[in-house]
Amino acid sequence: MNDKPTILELRNVNKSFGPIDVLHDISLRVRAGEVLCLLGDNGAGKSTLIKTLAGVHKPTSGQILMDSQPVTFTGPSDAQGRGIATVHQFGGTFPLMSIGRSFFVGVEPTKGWGPFKIYDRKRANEIAVKAVRDFGITRIDDGDRLVGGLSGGERQSLAIARAVYFGARVLILDEPTAALGVKQASHVLRIVNEAKRRGLAVVFITHQVMHAMAVGDHFAVLIRGAIAADFRKGEKSREEITDLMAGGETMSDLEVQVEGYMETHEGHPPSLQVLKGPTAH
Amino acid sequence: MAHPVTSTSIPAPDRTQSGLALGRLARRPESGSFLGMVAVLLFFGLFGGSGFLSAAGTASWLNIASEIGIIALPIGLLMIAGELDISVGAVIPAASLTAAIVSGHYGLPDWLGIAAALGLGLAVGFINGLFVTRTTIPSLIITIGTMFGTMGLTLGLTVKIAGSTGVSLVPDPLTKLILGDYLGGMFQVTILWWVVFVVGLFWLLHVSPIGNWIYALGGDKESARNVGIPTKRLTIGLFMLSGFSAAFVGVSEVMVYQSAQVLAGQSFIFNSIMCVVIGGVLLTGGFGSIVGILFGTLTFSIVNQGIYFTSLDPNVGSVIIGALLLIAVLTNDTFRQLALSYSSKKAGQS
Repeated sequence: MNDKPTILELRNVNKSFGPIDVLHDISLRVRAGEVLCLLGDNGAGKSTLIKTLAGVHKPTSGQILMDSQPVTFTGPSDAQGRGIATVHQFGGTFPLMSIGRSFFVGVEPTKGWGPFKIYDRKRANEIAVKAVRDFGITRIDDGDRLVGGLSGGERQSLAIARAVYFGARVLILDEPTAALGVKQASHVLRIVNEAKRRGLAVVFITHQVMHAMAVGDHFAVLIRGAIAADFRKGEKSREEITDLMAGGETMSDLEVQVEGYMETHEGHPPSLQVLKGPTAH
Repeated sequence: MAHPVTSTSIPAPDRTQSGLALGRLARRPESGSFLGMVAVLLFFGLFGGSGFLSAAGTASWLNIASEIGIIALPIGLLMIAGELDISVGAVIPAASLTAAIVSGHYGLPDWLGIAAALGLGLAVGFINGLFVTRTTIPSLIITIGTMFGTMGLTLGLTVKIAGSTGVSLVPDPLTKLILGDYLGGMFQVTILWWVVFVVGLFWLLHVSPIGNWIYALGGDKESARNVGIPTKRLTIGLFMLSGFSAAFVGVSEVMVYQSAQVLAGQSFIFNSIMCVVIGGVLLTGGFGSIVGILFGTLTFSIVNQGIYFTSLDPNVGSVIIGALLLIAVLTNDTFRQLALSYSSKKAGQS
């Protein structure tokens, strides 16, 4: 089951901002061709975790391994250069640019020679439109359309297609479906599946269990900066995950347990092993 | 739930030709300014009589347009990139006087005076760019500062060197022909230079890959830097371009009028910004076109000069320009919304 190669791995990562501990002893593996769903309520440390993965934050302690080699990201562009792409909730950042232009911003295709190199609009549009259409978004057929005129789902799809086109190996999707309607969200989920099929490692951050269940192979639930549950597809039912997520019984059980542990352990949260017993069903 | 389920079951309607054309048109930043230009052209063509439509009448606004136009173009590029440059108002007289002092007062060759003046424009632009990229002060404030600095130095040095606030320069025939001549006795040769600027900057913004960087810079500076665009060099370059263009106008003014005054050029500050905004450039950056700026400049100049050919009080011209500016911003906003909503509606249908 775990035969797929691990691309990105966190090993016992802690992150504190001054006196505030945000991430506690996080160990995660992101595998090629798998979707890791990161679930958690607001303030659970999801965004700190993905920023650590994307090279924005450096871990206070612990290791990041890429292809089993320890790495230290000097910054977000370093992580990007190694193939880690982050797509944010609203996708494209240049709403008033055309699809072709924003797709290639910074790496424009040119034709001609020397100082007379010109921006190859036709080729940029063709590649951009093809890249998005290959992901199943067939409604985009005109590369001159403005990004701001696309629907939320289409913008997400465009951003994902762009990341894949430029050689991303790890795709971090930060709540891509949060602001979308049902139909738009299903488009994005289809794109996520397509990215998975192409062998990318996908980290999918969400708090919508339905969406997570639809694409996830592996799930990690974050509570107060620690991984409170870590399971694979099929190991838990939707109801159980919803409970975990939505503050049902299991969730409150966990919280009580975490708090109790913290009180008796000088404020440190429990490790996964401590929690595993009672949460495993 | 927010999206009706029915929209999936409706077969995609074929894209009609008119819908496509309308969408494409609305997407162009210059659409609004084109309508504005046609409107003022019709208005003054009707009420300005034959005087406005005559060659001399046309020359009167084209001459004005060419000088503002050369400055409005790089100002427009800066605005698309999310910056402003006020200092052009001081660079124009500073360049005029530099050329006049070097070539007129000291009697050195004309090309040396021209080179010194253009160099001065580039230097002021470089300083602007340097401050804008090294500090967090908005470019509006920085360029107001450099404007006053340049103005003070120009006045002080001119009085010190030449002993007055005006210096005259008689250009040699070749320089006069290239920079200060009148074609057909009424059309300034500056109009041809304006065409050169339009073509060159059209190439820069719409054809070369650098144009894409300018849009990205104005759209989101942080993201532009993240994708590897040299944002600092680009910003400094754009400020140097506007300094150069302002100096070029200063040089051509001194070659046309054969004298340079300390207090010339202030009107260019607001006029150039107005041309750019009427031309459909988004004040906050990320949207605009060279053709739009061209239309905006023509519109502004037609109103500015056309008013003298009508029976209206010339002061009404300012009122019209003010109203035009507001209408232009409103129309351009509408067109921009149209450009965006057109596409999403299209997406919903198909």
